[in-house]
Amino acid sequence: MARRGIVGLLALLVVVLLGAQPALACGGLVGPGGTVQLARTTTLAGYHQGVEHYLTSFTYSGGGAKFGSIVPLPGVPTDVSKGGEWTLQRLIRETQPQLEAAAAPAAFGARSSAEVLLKTRVDALDITILRGGGKAVGDWARERGFGLSVDAPEVLDFYADRSPIFMAASFDARAASARGQRLGDGTPIQLTIPTADAWVPLRILGLGHQPSDAIQADLYLLTDRRPALLPAPAAAGQPGVALERSQPASELLLADLRADKGMSWVPASGMWLSYLRIDTTAGRLFHDLAVDTSGRGSPSPVAAGLVDPTEPLRPVPAPTPPAGGPAPVWPWLAVGLAGATIVAAVALRARARAS
Amino acid sequence: MAALTLAGGLTLLHAAAGQATQTVVVTMHHSRFQPEVVRVAPGTTVRFLLRNTDPIDHEFILGDDAVQRRHEQGRQREHHGEVPGEVSVAAGGQAATTYTFRQGGPASLQFACHLPGHYAYGMRGVALVSSG
Repeated sequence: MARRGIVGLLALLVVVLLGAQPALACGGLVGPGGTVQLARTTTLAGYHQGVEHYLTSFTYSGGGAKFGSIVPLPGVPTDVSKGGEWTLQRLIRETQPQLEAAAAPAAFGARSSAEVLLKTRVDALDITILRGGGKAVGDWARERGFGLSVDAPEVLDFYADRSPIFMAASFDARAASARGQRLGDGTPIQLTIPTADAWVPLRILGLGHQPSDAIQADLYLLTDRRPALLPAPAAAGQPGVALERSQPASELLLADLRADKGMSWVPASGMWLSYLRIDTTAGRLFHDLAVDTSGRGSPSPVAAGLVDPTEPLRPVPAPTPPAGGPAPVWPWLAVGLAGATIVAAVALRARARAS
Repeated sequence: MAALTLAGGLTLLHAAAGQATQTVVVTMHHSRFQPEVVRVAPGTTVRFLLRNTDPIDHEFILGDDAVQRRHEQGRQREHHGEVPGEVSVAAGGQAATTYTFRQGGPASLQFACHLPGHYAYGMRGVALVSSG
């Protein structure tokens, strides 16, 4: 546990769900008041001295309906506020100058009923932090007019078994329009989360998708030292979760990030930058990503979603073995939650079953 | 042969009458049926008690291929139990439907949920009808 205090993790995941977009649109991002599409969501999650700093941005492409997204979190946030305006773009530019625009839909979101820990509004986004099991969080969402995809019960439980904290972001497109927000405008949200556990939720990217649907995303990690990852990533250029870049972060990058609103926690130097490209299918993305920056090289199989925490000796069924080398045995130590990152998945959709 | 069938049927019917209606509990969890296979004897009347532990709605539709196709392609989303073997089960709720597996009927029937995407996800099971 103590070793976690000296590590930092900064993760950025740019969700790219080009292939999944039509499925999501059909799946429920259409409501009686119009059509809303979450065109792109970018998320950054960091962990430094035991505190998670999570930044995500919701961008919409218009319409008048209400939609939402649920993101699994590793702990209870102490603060939710509007984030900096350009941190995400700066990270992308640093690591992926040629990055093409991506489309990303929404993600959403356990006890007999979910406990609302925090509610706030940032621009046109209603943010609610929930604690509860998968069913309770699902009930909470359904009772507020959103529908869950058929795989949501299993996926929400998959996360709730490890951390029963979720962030539900409900986007009010009419409010956005009233505020003068234009199509393509994003709303950055920053969460500060004291936590000892860190993982990047990847499985949720496949929420609401057919097993053969393509899932593409970019994940950036910025840590105090070179991280150990589980599952071990594939080599650059390979399909799956591939480690495309692994290098010291430039001081210029860190200075730029630190200068943005709410980003003063970023260290001035000494961080390691990793870029992972996710190019797989929903059926193969049955796991998350555990990150260990302690230097011991032991990310947790539980944090990676490879072992059922309720039955530690039973591995989660794996359609395909993790790419890369053999997985080291690691204690439960996670940093960061980039996961939310993943915005895409859950897709609490407007409950229009009759359509 | 007819006599044998009749005798067999009478035996079974007699047993069923002795036990009244049999109850089978089917749980809907993670958008799957548990159990996925139910064995019943011809002539048995079964009360399916359906428990939905999921935060989403489900339905239980029992019938042959034609019934399943009709529901998969249809738009009816509410089943209040008027039709034997067909009932909606609200999120977190439970419901029941009673169905008689007639003598001389199909050797198997399928039960499934036809809410959008549920059948394709694998939310289906089979009732095997045999006296063995």
